Amino acid sequence: MATRASLANPRPPRIAEAQIRLLERLCNACAVSGNESEVRKIVLEQVKPYASEVRVDALGNVLAVRLGQTSQPLRVMVAAHMDEVGLMLVDDEGDGIFRFDVIGGLNASQLVAKSVFVGREHVPGVIGRPIRISEDNDRDEKLTLDDLRIDVSPDNAKRVKAGDYATFSTAFARLGASLRAKAMDDRIGVANLIELLRNAPPNIDLLAAFTVQEEVGLRGARVAGYALNPDLALVLDCTPAHDLPFWEGDSTAAGQENTHYNTRLGAGPAIYISDASTIHDPRLIRHLMETAEQLRIPYQIRQPGGGGTDAGAIHRQRFGIPSVSLSVPGRYIHTPASLVRLEDWKNTLRLAHAALSRLTPAVLAADR
Amino acid sequence: MKTFIQQLVETPGPSGYESQVRDLVKKELEPLVDELYVDQLGNLIARQGTPGANGAKIMLAAHLDEVGVAATHIDEQGFVRFLPVGALSPLSCLGSRVQFLNGASGVIGAEGLADENKTPTFGQLFIDLGRSSRTECPVRVGDEAVFVQPFIDLGERLVGKALDDRIGVALLVEVLREIQEQKIQSPHGLYFVFSVQEQVGARGAITAAYGVDPDLGIAVDATPSGDTPAGRKLVASLGKGPAIRVRDGSTLFDPSIVDWMVRTAEAAGLPFQLEVVEKEYTGGRAIQLSHAGVPVGCLSLPCRYMHTASEMVDYRDLQNGVRLMLELLQRPFLPGRG
Repeated sequence: MATRASLANPRPPRIAEAQIRLLERLCNACAVSGNESEVRKIVLEQVKPYASEVRVDALGNVLAVRLGQTSQPLRVMVAAHMDEVGLMLVDDEGDGIFRFDVIGGLNASQLVAKSVFVGREHVPGVIGRPIRISEDNDRDEKLTLDDLRIDVSPDNAKRVKAGDYATFSTAFARLGASLRAKAMDDRIGVANLIELLRNAPPNIDLLAAFTVQEEVGLRGARVAGYALNPDLALVLDCTPAHDLPFWEGDSTAAGQENTHYNTRLGAGPAIYISDASTIHDPRLIRHLMETAEQLRIPYQIRQPGGGGTDAGAIHRQRFGIPSVSLSVPGRYIHTPASLVRLEDWKNTLRLAHAALSRLTPAVLAADR
Repeated sequence: MKTFIQQLVETPGPSGYESQVRDLVKKELEPLVDELYVDQLGNLIARQGTPGANGAKIMLAAHLDEVGVAATHIDEQGFVRFLPVGALSPLSCLGSRVQFLNGASGVIGAEGLADENKTPTFGQLFIDLGRSSRTECPVRVGDEAVFVQPFIDLGERLVGKALDDRIGVALLVEVLREIQEQKIQSPHGLYFVFSVQEQVGARGAITAAYGVDPDLGIAVDATPSGDTPAGRKLVASLGKGPAIRVRDGSTLFDPSIVDWMVRTAEAAGLPFQLEVVEKEYTGGRAIQLSHAGVPVGCLSLPCRYMHTASEMVDYRDLQNGVRLMLELLQRPFLPGRG
């Protein structure tokens, strides 16, 4: 049974060398939806010293509780998903060549010639396009999964089998003020949540949910939200930045303003208003914005539109759970290499921590 | 009742931002019900009575929200790009006037249309608020707006924005008023739910149904009519009575409830229409799948030009819907599948 004892002195978290090295480990781990154990191991090792209660639920979510030190603290769920988009072998065609399927939102036309790791042993492979005798030169433009194979080489074929997961083998790297890695969506959220748990504000019961299967339909968050039954939820994720110079190969678009960037790198944490799965709670949106403005933390509003976060599943649980999402903007997410700015990461963690520290029941007592 | 309907439709309430409509309904209900509360998603729930010996806990649900638009970008010249909130066609946006919740009004324009006879995409549409730069624009990314159109009383027919589903809201409020004025005794415990976020997937009804945990649910919603020149078959007509829905895109309604509704309407000599629609859904789908499962029915009011700035319903359908609902609520419901 958890007790309301002080585990460490709370302090505002900061991103330093150790945090970057942890993010590197998290990003390099292979954890495609449904197979999150590599990331779960790291999470368990990191959170155990700081949580008063840790459990792994039936779907594989890590639920870690750190109780507040005031009387009747708000019960706040903070969620980040452990899984990443990836691949699965579906048919052995011999000679080390496998057909594969995608898990989560991956675009088949971006997969050719990418290096991958397959199965538990991280057997290296490459995504190839078997040569096809065809006069149709346009085929390269519209590759489908039927055109592609994973090739692990014949001598390694016995180390993998249909049903094995695969993911990109991109290694984490620092590129000046930026960080490049696979699976930044949502290992950077996982890293943020670990830091929040380590430095939990004393005014809330922090109910951390490291969720599974977000990329295939917010499945882990659904049961985690039901089980934790919090007063409110904050979801930490990574959202696309389509902020490159605007061009569409269309003469009418030349010189026009980019009107669908979703978010921009370097503009600070992205606060969600609405996406395809959630109309976020206006009271919590206001709370995030006011906190950012008072502390002069830069922030941006993620453009309303498609996509979704774990909030989509959480806010519909039980009697309704007021929810809000906060993301680090990332370029090229759902590809082998995503790119984030270190400064955006720092500001996201600062804003999340400050907003949680300032939460009072009055925020939810207001009319929605 | 028409004055109240006018107030309802002229109040803005896009999905997620229903507070103004909720306040209006709340004020109307305060003297009429035993208990009134708002849940964490913003659903307004009014309880009247408790279930008697042969009674059930019945949830009646109409939604407060209406289709709208959300600002996605303010450009350098002060034009606002937007996306729909709910199932809104670009066709019904063009030329419409909209108002944001902070009061800022504008008109929807289009450009870059290669063929003026083709439906534009949302990317080709923008809201012009009469400003000439981003800094002057009174709207922020994420702000929601609704159509602006005055209510018109055409006698039997009523025209306005948001009649989907303010007409259902008006029906439930009127039922409560009648229960109060005529001192009607129901054997049931009645939960009138005015739900949020229906247009984006009946989200409010999911948590409201969890909270109410009813024995039986009836959704009350507007339904597309099939009585225009080349209308669809098996869809209801204006003026021929409320529709008893058998099936829609998300729900196969409980046959015993459909039967109960039909028998009750026949016994009371009230007009009704049976209805099957292919794509639509109501809060009924959320109620049905709540907890261990709940038998559901749906009473709908035929509506022309749904999800546009000018929807049209028939006042007599509303009156007959109120009568049918009052008849239903006074009778025991005997569930069972033959």
